[in-house]
Formats: sequence, structure tokens, C-alpha cells
Amino acid sequence: MIRYVLKRLLFMIPTILLTSLIIYWAMDLAGGDVVGNMLPENATQEQRDALTEELGLNDPFVVRYARYMAGLVTGDMGVSYKTGKDVFKTFMERLPMTLALGGTALIVACIISIPLGIYTALNQNTWKDTTGMVFALFGVSMPNFWLGLMLMLIFAVKLNWLPSQGADGPKYLVLPALTVGLGLAALITRTTRSAMLDVIRQDYMTTAKAKGASHRRVIYYHGLKNAMIPIVTAIGMQFSLVMTGSALAEVVFSWPGIGRLVFESIDSRDIPMVTGSIILCCVLMSIINLIVDLIYAFLDPRIKAQYSNKG
Amino acid sequence: MSEMSKAVSTENLNEYKGRSLAQETWRRLLKNKGAVVGMIFMVLLLILALSGDFLYDYDTEIIGMNMSEARLAPSAEHFFGTDQLGRDVFSRIVYGTRYSLIIGVGSVAVGLIVGLITGSLAGFYGGMWDQLVMRANDILYSIPNIMLAVVIVQVLGTSVLSLVIALSISSATSFAKITRAAVMTIRGQEYVESAYAMGLPTWKIILRHIIPNCLSPIIVQVTLAIGSNIIAASSLSFLGVGVPIPTPEWGTMLSDGRQFIRSEPWMCVFPGIAIMLTVLALNLMGDGLRDALDPKLKR
Repeated sequence: MIRYVLKRLLFMIPTILLTSLIIYWAMDLAGGDVVGNMLPENATQEQRDALTEELGLNDPFVVRYARYMAGLVTGDMGVSYKTGKDVFKTFMERLPMTLALGGTALIVACIISIPLGIYTALNQNTWKDTTGMVFALFGVSMPNFWLGLMLMLIFAVKLNWLPSQGADGPKYLVLPALTVGLGLAALITRTTRSAMLDVIRQDYMTTAKAKGASHRRVIYYHGLKNAMIPIVTAIGMQFSLVMTGSALAEVVFSWPGIGRLVFESIDSRDIPMVTGSIILCCVLMSIINLIVDLIYAFLDPRIKAQYSNKG
Repeated sequence: MSEMSKAVSTENLNEYKGRSLAQETWRRLLKNKGAVVGMIFMVLLLILALSGDFLYDYDTEIIGMNMSEARLAPSAEHFFGTDQLGRDVFSRIVYGTRYSLIIGVGSVAVGLIVGLITGSLAGFYGGMWDQLVMRANDILYSIPNIMLAVVIVQVLGTSVLSLVIALSISSATSFAKITRAAVMTIRGQEYVESAYAMGLPTWKIILRHIIPNCLSPIIVQVTLAIGSNIIAASSLSFLGVGVPIPTPEWGTMLSDGRQFIRSEPWMCVFPGIAIMLTVLALNLMGDGLRDALDPKLKR
């Protein structure tokens, strides 16, 4: 088990190397006026040249990338071209905002989707099932950021119940979290329903019923526990979607998280900020994926046995 | 007597032939109401996409400004209202159908080809190929798709083609995974071994015997991926790295209309509905196909 975790952690090294190369190179190819974005409009050519030299932008790509990587291995991700602040620090300052948004969204999604999935499965092929599934199908079919705009239109513009822009207290979290959460809920509802339907037909469910367990116990203890594996898989696979969804919701609702940081940095060609942030996103994703895999092992002893055998 | 038995057996054979897997699937698909609705909608969209040029004049009606009619609310004359430059939102949505379809289908096609090749190599040969393809997949999987796509579009410049390329990458990884899994199960089957024994070259075995037998999950994924790529394309347009204005691409219209959401909400309500209905139709088809191709899963 520990060997497995170590192996996965070690694999993060090539991931980081390749990601940094792809992003750094792409940002270099994208060109744009790096220096012009940093200096005031009326800057002279001398000032421009001086800054270009100072940033080392005259060096060939290989030299610049090597310099960047030399910093990276010592844990120095460089400073932002735009703000002059440390990349790692800036990312870490923004991270809690994205985690708050993503985390709340995930909780919202689970609260809606798991009961709804069970309910529709238990009422299979009735109007209740159909209604639930139509809701889920619409949910997976709409662009999430558009749902955000529509929620903003209804609850912020028309009804004026909630703020639409910024992050100034829990009230500001409601709309972005609902946006991301509802999109996720639609997906997880579908998975929960089909996982429950699989489980309901198993012999052990009949056995549980036959030995006199209550309906509740049969569904929640015998049923849901076994259905949890595909559900957790689905939730685990959605983490990249949580990232994407949050990033877009951050733009819609001006939420100061990582997504907006990355998009804005790409716009202003802030190469160290973009490369650093995307590498850190990768690390974050890899760790989350590892945790999800470990949760499976916890939920399903068969998977745990597999890890220990293979190491 | 022998003449007659021969006749009977050919008749039987014809009956078998009369219901090939494709026909059987089609028959089951037609029983699924959702899938039929989805297919009808997609056919209508296709007709709209093809007839846009006959219905409207691009220069005057689609991108031409008409400030005297700017920001009109939806009415009998302008079903979906007009935008800040006085262009009819309904006509623009109808004309814009083609872009979403081209981007969705194009990116999936590119992703499918790359995914099929890499996935079947990984599944068929295993070993080093498998490691190479799957690790590359893992790495691409851990970079948030949308960020990678934005970076790629920045490199290539904003255009329909750049969107297709940027979106095909995430499709390719999912197709590679599905193909690999399917190929690995089929690789060990007897008919593949016998094809080997007959001395067929490997590429022919992959193309003739393996890929046709793992088509079901791929067909389903194709339908669903077109939908999700249409959504992803609109997200990129929303971030300002999609199809440039004044092209009436739905995502671009949405992002263009966003600044008027307080006063003229129809400018971003209707393009969103267009995207949603298109993806909904594709999802209905995908779900229907999954049930039709694999009746065991039918619930």
C-alpha cells in the first residue's frame, strides 16, 4: 500500500516536468508583448530594452527554460511579471477561494444528487423517475457558465436577493457554488441511479430482505454501501470538472480564485505565473486523484488487496 | 429433396442476414422515444446548418449593423430580439448552427482518429507502448482541460480550426482509454488468434477484426463527446478565446451579450438555450444508442 502511494507520488515528477515544458513552451510560442504589458503606455524604447534584458527575455528559449527549471527544483517558482510577487505565494493566497467554491459545490452536488439518484432508482420507470432524469439530462446538457449567468439573472438581477459579483462574505458564495454544484449534481444523479439499479438486483439484497431487515436498512446499509464505489468513482472523476467549472464560475461571478488568476495571467502573458499555477493545479489534481484511489481501497477490500499484491 | 433443403437453408440465412447487428440496433433505437426526439432534432439542425446561406445574406443580415433597431426586446418581428448592433438574434442563432456542429464534430473526429490509433496500439501491444500512451494520457489528464485549451488557442490564434485542435486533445485521451480497454478484452479472443494463424498482418487484424468489435462503446462516446465539446467550445468563446466576433458562433454571442445581461438578457438567454437543446439532443441519442447497442444495460 505504502509502495503504491510512493509510486504514485514519484510519477508526479515526470508529470511536472512535462507540464512545465508544454506550458512554458506554448506561452513562449504564443508571443505577445510581455514587456509592453508591464510598463506604462508611455515607456521609452530604452526602458523596454532594459526590462527585456532584466527579465532575460533575450536569451534563447532553452536557456530561459533551463533557468526556470533550475529555480523550480529548488522550490522557487519565480515572481510574476505583472505584480512582481512570488508565484507560489500568490497561488496559495488564491487557493482557499477556489477550494471554498469547489468544496461547497461538491457538498451541494452530493446533497442533491445522492438522495435524488436513490429516489429515482427506487421509483424506476414511474413519472417520478422520469422527472428526476429529465432534470439531470438538462443539467448535463447546459454549459455550466450559462447556468451561472441565468442564476445571476434570476437571483441577482431580477429578484435582487443575492450579490452577483465579488467575494465579500458567505452570501457571495451562494450563486457560484450553486452554479458549479447543480452541474455536478446532474452528473452524479445519473451515476447514483444506475449504480443503485445494479445493486438492487443483486442476490444479497433479496437475502437481506428475506432475513427480515427493514426496507431502510436494506437500501441504505446493504444497497448504498455497495453502490458507493461507482458513485465515488464518478465524483472522483469529476474533480477535473470541479476545477473547470469553478474556473468558469470564477469568471462569471468575479470570484478571486485560481481559475481567474490563470486566465488573467494568460491574457497578460505572465509566463511564470501561468506556468507555475498550472503546475500547481496539476500537483493538486494528482494528489486529489490519489486520495480518491485510496478511498476506493477503503470502500472495497478487493481493491485494497490488489494494491498490496502488486505493491 | 436436397434441392428443397438447400432452399430452406438459404431462406434461413437470408432471414439472419436480414437482421444484421446494425439493423437490430436501429430497430431498438427507434423504440426509444428520447433517442427519436434527439435524432429528429439533430436532422432539423443539420438542415438549418446547411440552409443558412440560402436563408440569410451573411454581410447584411448576419454581421451587418442596423443601429436603428438595436436592443429591441423579443417580438413577432424579432423572435429573439436584437443585439446591441441591431442584428436579429434569431437569424444569428440559425446561421450559427454550423459553427457549433463543425467544431463539435471536427474536434471529435480528430480526437477519435488519434485516440483510436494510440489506444489500439497500447491495448494490442501492451508493454512499452502501453506505458507510453497511458502515462502521456495521465499527464494530459492532470492538466485542467480548459486551461490547456486556452493556452493552445493562444498559440494558434483564435479561429474555428484552433478550437477544433484544442478540444480534440481531451477527446483523444478519452477515446484512447476506451479503445485500449476494449482492445485488451478482444485481443485474447479466439477469432483474433485464428486471424494470426492465417497469417494476416497485424495492422489488418487491428483494422478488420479488433476495431469493428469494439465499436459499441466508441459510438456512444462519439455522440456524447460531440455534445461536451460543443459546451467546451462555448466556454472557450466565453473566455474570449473562441471564434472571434462578429462570427455568430453561439458561445461568442453569449459572451458578447453578457455585458447586457441586466438590461437586455435575451442576448445571452437564447444562444444558451440553443447550445443546451443541441447538446440535449446529442445526449438523448447517446443514451439511446448505449441502450440499443447493449441491451443488457437496458433498464
